Amino acid sequence: MDAEQKSVELNLEYGKIDAIIGSYSGEKSALIAILQEIENLYGYLPTWALKYVSKKLEIPMIQVYGVASFYDAFHLTPRGKHLIRVCLGTACYLRGSSRVLEAIENELGIKDGETTGNLKFTIQSVRCLGACALAPVMVIGESYFDKMTPTRAGKVLKQIQGKKEDD
Amino acid sequence: MIRTCQELQALQNSLLNQRDPNKQYVRVCVGTGCRARGSLDVLETFKEEIRKQSLEIKVESKQTGCHGFCERGPVVVIGPKEIFYQQVKATDVNEIVSKTLLNGEFVDRLLYQDSTTGQKVQHEHEVPFYKMQTRRILANNGRIDPTNILDYIAVGGYQALAKAISNMSQEEIINAVEKSGLRGLGGGGFPTGRKWRTCREASGDIKFVIGNGDEGDPGAFSDRSLMEANPHSILEGMIIGAYAIGANQGFLYVRAEYPLALKHLQIAIDQAKEYGFLGKNILNYGFDFDIKIVRGGGAFVCGESSALVASIEGRMGEPRAKYIHTVERGLWNKPTNLNNVKTWACIPLIVNNGADWYAKTGTGKSKGTAVFSLVGKVNNTGLIEVPMGTPLKQIIYDVGGGVPEGKKIKAVQTGGPSGGCIPEELLDLPVDFDKLTEAGSMMGSGGMIVMDENTCMVDVARYFLDFLQYESCGKCVPCREGIKRMLEILTGITEGRGRGEDLGLLQELAEMIKDFSLCGLGQTSPNTVLSTLRYFGEEYQAHVKEKRCPAGVCRSLIEYTILEDKCTGCGACLKLCPQQAIQGEQKKLHVIDPTKCIRCGICRDSCPFIAITVR
Ligand SMILES: Cc1cc2nc3c(=O)[nH]c(=O)nc-3n(C[C@H](O)[C@H](O)[C@H](O)COP(=O)(O)O)c2cc1C
Ligand code: SF4
Ligand code: FES
Repeated sequence: MDAEQKSVELNLEYGKIDAIIGSYSGEKSALIAILQEIENLYGYLPTWALKYVSKKLEIPMIQVYGVASFYDAFHLTPRGKHLIRVCLGTACYLRGSSRVLEAIENELGIKDGETTGNLKFTIQSVRCLGACALAPVMVIGESYFDKMTPTRAGKVLKQIQGKKEDD
Repeated sequence: MIRTCQELQALQNSLLNQRDPNKQYVRVCVGTGCRARGSLDVLETFKEEIRKQSLEIKVESKQTGCHGFCERGPVVVIGPKEIFYQQVKATDVNEIVSKTLLNGEFVDRLLYQDSTTGQKVQHEHEVPFYKMQTRRILANNGRIDPTNILDYIAVGGYQALAKAISNMSQEEIINAVEKSGLRGLGGGGFPTGRKWRTCREASGDIKFVIGNGDEGDPGAFSDRSLMEANPHSILEGMIIGAYAIGANQGFLYVRAEYPLALKHLQIAIDQAKEYGFLGKNILNYGFDFDIKIVRGGGAFVCGESSALVASIEGRMGEPRAKYIHTVERGLWNKPTNLNNVKTWACIPLIVNNGADWYAKTGTGKSKGTAVFSLVGKVNNTGLIEVPMGTPLKQIIYDVGGGVPEGKKIKAVQTGGPSGGCIPEELLDLPVDFDKLTEAGSMMGSGGMIVMDENTCMVDVARYFLDFLQYESCGKCVPCREGIKRMLEILTGITEGRGRGEDLGLLQELAEMIKDFSLCGLGQTSPNTVLSTLRYFGEEYQAHVKEKRCPAGVCRSLIEYTILEDKCTGCGACLKLCPQQAIQGEQKKLHVIDPTKCIRCGICRDSCPFIAITVR
C-alpha cells in the first residue's frame, strides 16, 4: 500500500515535469529554462528530478548536473520557506552590507547559503539586485528593505519570527 | 495590426490628436527602486482617489519606469507642468489630489530641496540632478508606460524602423551606424557599425542577433532601468539591426535577478507581435524577425559573449578562446551579433536623427552619451546620462550633489570588477572610453561608484577579487588559481599579516593573469588591484608596514572606542552588543573591552550621540 502510494505520488510529480518539458517542446537547449521552472516549483532541484530530465531530454546526467551546479540560480538541497537575500554588491558593500549579513547569520545561527533546521529560513547573499540607490538592501521573500543596518536587520527578523510563531 | 509605414504614421497622428497636451496627469514611477519603497501603493491610492472624486476625465494616472532619481523615491510627477514630488507615501496622495490637482497649489514638503542653495524646486527639469544631464537613451524613461506600446508609438516609437525598412538599404543603415561613431556600451566599447558589418558579411544564411541584458557588474543598474522603463526602444533597435545584418531570430539574455525587466520585456514582445513589428513580413517589406527571452542563470561570466552563447544553447557558461569570433561563429555556430541593450537602444536615435547628429555629441573617439549608475558615497544616487567627455568632477558634484556629510571624496570606481579606481587628483578627467582606460580603469557597462575617506582601497581591491574568484568559471589556470592567490595575499594584508614582499608579488601575479587568461574576466581581473597599487600605494604600505588601516575599515587593524566627552551613559550600545563587550553604569561613561569586541560596529550604529569612533 505504502509503496503503491509512493509510486502514485512520484508519477504525479513526473507528470508535472513532463508538462514543463512539454511546454518547451522537449528542446535540449531549453535545459536551463526547464531547470529554472523545476527550481521554482520545488524551491530546489531534487536529484530524482534531475535524473528524470536527463532521461527525457536525452542529455547525459553529468551534463545536467554540471549545469545545475554551475549556475547560482540552482540549488541542490531544499531551501527555507523564507528566503533572506542580503546584497553584497559594490554599492551595498561600501555602505556596510557585510555587517548586515553577519547580524542575520548571528541571529539565525546559520551561515550564508545555509538553511535553518526547521526549513524556515535560508540566507543567501547576492551580488546586486539592481536597487543600489537603496543600499544596503535586504530582501525577504518579495519584500525589500532599504538602508539596512545590522540593528535594523535584527529587528525586521525578530518581527518576522514573531509573526511566524502564530501561523 | 500595423501593416504599413503609412498605417503607423496614421496611428501616431491619431494618438497625438486624441491626447490633450493640457490634460492633467499623474505619473508614478514603479521601477524597482520606487517599488521597493511602496510606489505601487501610491499609484493604487491615486487611482482610487481619482475615481472617488470622479476625476477620471480630467486626470490621467499612469505608471512609468525609472526616472533615475532612485535616491528620492517614490517619485511622482504631476503634469502638464511637471511638478516633481519625491519620497511620496500613499498617505500623501489625498493632499496632492486636493491641493495640486484640484487647486494648482504645491505640497511644499514633498518638493525637492536643493542641497546647495536650500531652495525648493518645483519642476522636474529644474532639479539639478536632471538639469545637468543630456538624456537620450533614457529620454523616455519616466514618461511612458512601459507596458503600453501606444505610449511608445505616441512619442515616435517604431518610426525609425519604418524609416530604415522603407527608405534605407541595409548597407546605408550600417553606414549610418558606422558614421555615428557608436561604440558598444556593454563594456569593451567596440565600434558597433564594424561589428554589424562583419556579421553581415560572414558566410551563412542563418544569423542571429542578441541583446545582452545580463548586467553582471555588481553596483550597476542602468540596463535594468532601461529594460523596465523603455523595453520597446531595445526591441526597435534589435529589429533594425537584424534587418541590416540579415538575421531572422533574436534573443534577449536577461539576468534572472531582474523579474520586472523580464516581465516588461515579455509584454513588449507580445505587443510588438500583436502590432506586427515582430513576426512575419514586418511592415510589408518581406522581412521576418522574432525575439525570444532567455533568463540568465546567475553567473557573471555569462555576460561574456561566448559564455552567453553557451548559456543560450543550454550549456555551462564557459568562455572559449577568442580566435573564433561570435560574429562569425556564435549561436549554434552561426554568425551572431551581440550588443548590450543600451547599444541597441541607440539605434533608433541614430536612424531618426542621423549619424551626424549623434556624432556631434562626445569626444574624438567616443561619441554620444554615456549612462552611469551613480552610487556609493554620493548624495544623489541614481541613473544618469551625460555627454561622453564630461569631466568626472562635474558628474559627481553637479549631477551627484557631492559626497554626503561633507566628507572628502577619495576615489571613483568605474567598470565594475574589470575596472579600476580613479583617485581624487584625477577628477578633472573627461569621461570617455579611452581616457578611462588610460587612467587604468574602463567604461564598463556603466557602474560609477564614489568612495569617500571612509573607504579602504585595499579592502575595495580585496572585495572585487573575492567577487571574481567566486565568479571565475575555472576553465583556465591563470584565472582560477591566480586570482585565488592574489586574494590570499590581499586578505593577509587586510588582516595584518602583510609582508614586505607582498606588493611585488601582487604586481607580478597581476601581470601574469592579465597576459595568460582566456577570457575578459581573467584578463581584466587585476585592474582594481593594479590601479589601487598605482594610486594608493601609501595606503597599502600603512597596512603592511604599520599594520594600520587609515580609513578605519579593516577589522583586524582597528579598535572601537567610546569618546569620553560625548558619551552620556545612555546604555543603548551596551544592550545591543552581541559580545557583551561594553561595560558602564547608567549615566556614566561606558567602555569597550577590546579583547571581547569583534568589531561588528553595531554599537556605533546605535549610538544616538555619535560617541563611538574607530581608531
Ligand atoms: C566577464 C565578462 C562579463 C561581461 N558582462 C557583460 C554584461 O553584463 N553586459 C554586457 O552588455 N556586456 C558584458 N560583457 C561584454 C560582452 O562580452 C560583449 O562585449 C558586449 O555585450 C557586446 O556589446 P556592446 O558591443 O554593445 O558593448 C562582459 C564581458 C566579460 C568578459
Ligand atoms: S579567464 Fe577565468 S572566467 Fe575566463 S575562461 Fe578562464 S577561468 Fe573562465
Ligand atoms: S549593490 Fe546592492 S542592490 Fe546593487
